[in-house]
Amino acid sequence: MSDAVNVSGSLRARLSLTLIGSAAAIAVLLFFVVRTYAAQIAQSGQDNILEASVTSILDAATLRDGDVAVDFPYVAFSMLNTEADDRVFYAIWQDETLLSGYELLPVADAPGGGDIVHVSAQFDGAPVRIATAARILVGANARNRVTVSVAQTQDALAGTLNKISRNVGLIGAGFFALSVLVASWATNTAIRPLERLTHSITRRGPKDLSPVARPVPSEMAPLVTSLNSFMARLDTSLKQSEDFIAEAAHRVRTPLATVRSHAEATLQRVEREDNRQALRSMVRAIDESSRAAGQLLDHAMITFRADHLETEPLDLVDLVEDLVTRLTPVAEMKDIALTVISSGKVSVEADSILLQNALSNLVENALKYAPEESEITLEVFDVPRPRVEVRDEGPGFPPDQMHELAARFSRGENAKDTIGSGLGLTIAQDVATAHGGELTLTNLSEGGACVTFLL
Amino acid sequence: MRYIFALIAWLYPLVGVAQEWEDQNAFGPASAASTLRVLSSTDTALFAPIIEDFLRGRPDVSVEYFVTGTAQIDQVFRASPDDFDVVISSAMDLQLKLVNDGYSVPVANLSQPDWAQWRNSLFAFTTEPATIVINRAAFAPDTVPQTRQELIAAMRARPEVFRGKVGTYDVRDSGLGYLFATQDARASETFWRLMEVMGGLDARLYCCSGAMIDDLIAGKLMVAYNVLGSYVAARDDVAGMLEIVLPSDFPTIMMRTAFVSSRTEVEENAAAFVRHLVEVQTGPRNRDVFPLPPLSATVDSTGQAVISLEPALMTYLDPLKRKTFIKEWSSAVIQ
Repeated sequence: MSDAVNVSGSLRARLSLTLIGSAAAIAVLLFFVVRTYAAQIAQSGQDNILEASVTSILDAATLRDGDVAVDFPYVAFSMLNTEADDRVFYAIWQDETLLSGYELLPVADAPGGGDIVHVSAQFDGAPVRIATAARILVGANARNRVTVSVAQTQDALAGTLNKISRNVGLIGAGFFALSVLVASWATNTAIRPLERLTHSITRRGPKDLSPVARPVPSEMAPLVTSLNSFMARLDTSLKQSEDFIAEAAHRVRTPLATVRSHAEATLQRVEREDNRQALRSMVRAIDESSRAAGQLLDHAMITFRADHLETEPLDLVDLVEDLVTRLTPVAEMKDIALTVISSGKVSVEADSILLQNALSNLVENALKYAPEESEITLEVFDVPRPRVEVRDEGPGFPPDQMHELAARFSRGENAKDTIGSGLGLTIAQDVATAHGGELTLTNLSEGGACVTFLL
Repeated sequence: MRYIFALIAWLYPLVGVAQEWEDQNAFGPASAASTLRVLSSTDTALFAPIIEDFLRGRPDVSVEYFVTGTAQIDQVFRASPDDFDVVISSAMDLQLKLVNDGYSVPVANLSQPDWAQWRNSLFAFTTEPATIVINRAAFAPDTVPQTRQELIAAMRARPEVFRGKVGTYDVRDSGLGYLFATQDARASETFWRLMEVMGGLDARLYCCSGAMIDDLIAGKLMVAYNVLGSYVAARDDVAGMLEIVLPSDFPTIMMRTAFVSSRTEVEENAAAFVRHLVEVQTGPRNRDVFPLPPLSATVDSTGQAVISLEPALMTYLDPLKRKTFIKEWSSAVIQ
């Protein structure tokens, strides 16, 4: 279970990166589109003014005594005043002859009739925008084509564009910042159900293999379905193996009893000491196997009951005293005194069968390891939480193995010549865990082991 | 091509006369490492204090100061822009067109309000109204005309007093005169009536304010129209004899302007000179030391400000417009 998961990439990073990346792309696109559009608008603003200027000059063109006169108004140029004091150039042509203005100013070929042609060009070292229009003046004996061009440098326009670029840049950056916030929010929202599922599975008890019941988004349904069916299969297979063990133990125990009684009977009959010795060893081995099978059965029973815990109110002190009464004959065989210390009733909600089983396992353990003519103390506490401490005067737990002892089939190093399956502590711990408590192993400073069974 | 030939033909006579200055002065040590050549329409007497102030603390700089009429400045400078570093003129329209045509460079580190500069190149440094100057001998006290209308009425009432004794700029020769006349014509039709009346009285025509003032003092003129009041005020021999009238119907206020030539080889000094000029004329100063009128943003009571520095000033410089205007003006004044 502790094997490192093969992690490749991160959904959150991928999602954030995609969202933020597209936001950045859109922000840049927005910047260029708006800037281009604004530039067009600004340019068309300048074009409009140039157009008005050209028109006002062209309108002033008349034939006076056969000559072209262009008495254009003051406003024709005054409207071209800009904040950046842009330079103004113009040219008035009659057919191919310059009437006045700047001869070198590039002239676009404008159709007659006053339609305006706009071009951009360089003039006198500066970029200029030129508007040109032409008009036909029909005189007595000639048609005169008057062409007017007005040009203006683009300093003010450049200034406006810079201002626009700055503002659009700020807007783009703001949009991007907002998008990053939205992206992180969206990512979190998208990932949250996954985290919730992970959390709910992590929080489960070790034996909880029930299907996930919480609603999940449709995209996660296949995963959860697979997970549920996987857990169901696991549950079934676990149950099957537990059943198998219980069945096997049961089937072994009954013939063992028969074998034991036959061995006992035979022991009465044989005379030779070496034969008797062999039979005694046999009985001893049978006892050990029988006890192991019993504990396996107990364990299977406990596993089942822990999964379907049925609690009832009971007095822990009563329970402990009953247990002591039941085990006292066994203890007396080793001259061990069983003492119960308590101060009044200790009420708990628990499964009495499980509790009895767990505590008797603990006491039996203590009896096994305690020396003859010693004392085993069972002390029941009510506060802060109900608990039972079982203390003996034996050798104590081997310190470096203490945390492994509660595992199944594990026995201490000093248990070599003691009958046991290694399931006793496991059973006690399972019962404690099923009740929401725990089992703690300690060694007493004055010698002896102490097991705390906390509910 | 024809245009270029026409230009050459037009400029040709100038080549000979270009060297004849109204006045020409050198300031500063003759051995100075760097010489600043200033082309100006402002009388040396009015400008000398500013030049001397500029040269103080600049021992390695000298200034050559050339004075000529406003129209000549335009012609001379266009013919040989290499010969001058700073151009100063009261003809705002000609100055603006020179800057528009690329004959100037921007002056760094000189920040002036928008109305007092154009393209950071052309800088105004005085505000001077065009005035009516009157010889007190022609009018009884309290009958001095205060508007153009009143002047017209006065001249019509006593033609015998004024015949041959009224004067104004010859707009054909004087750039400033042309500027004043075109701005007047823009402002009101009264200008044309005034010109007709003056024309009917055999008006005398002048190249410059100085000459008109001289004739006023000599008694050859009773009224001069569109004279620079600052020139009268600068002369101390006229007190009591002449009266300066600021026409109260509408003012025509001109600003002297200066720019640095784009062809100058001493741009640093030229720019420093223009900065100094603007500094002196806008800062607090002693009127006795610097007789030129300051640059002030004061708007006249009629609400009309100075002639604005804007491309529209080029309108009347258009040859077609100029031809039309001069024709009309001539038919009114010369008759």
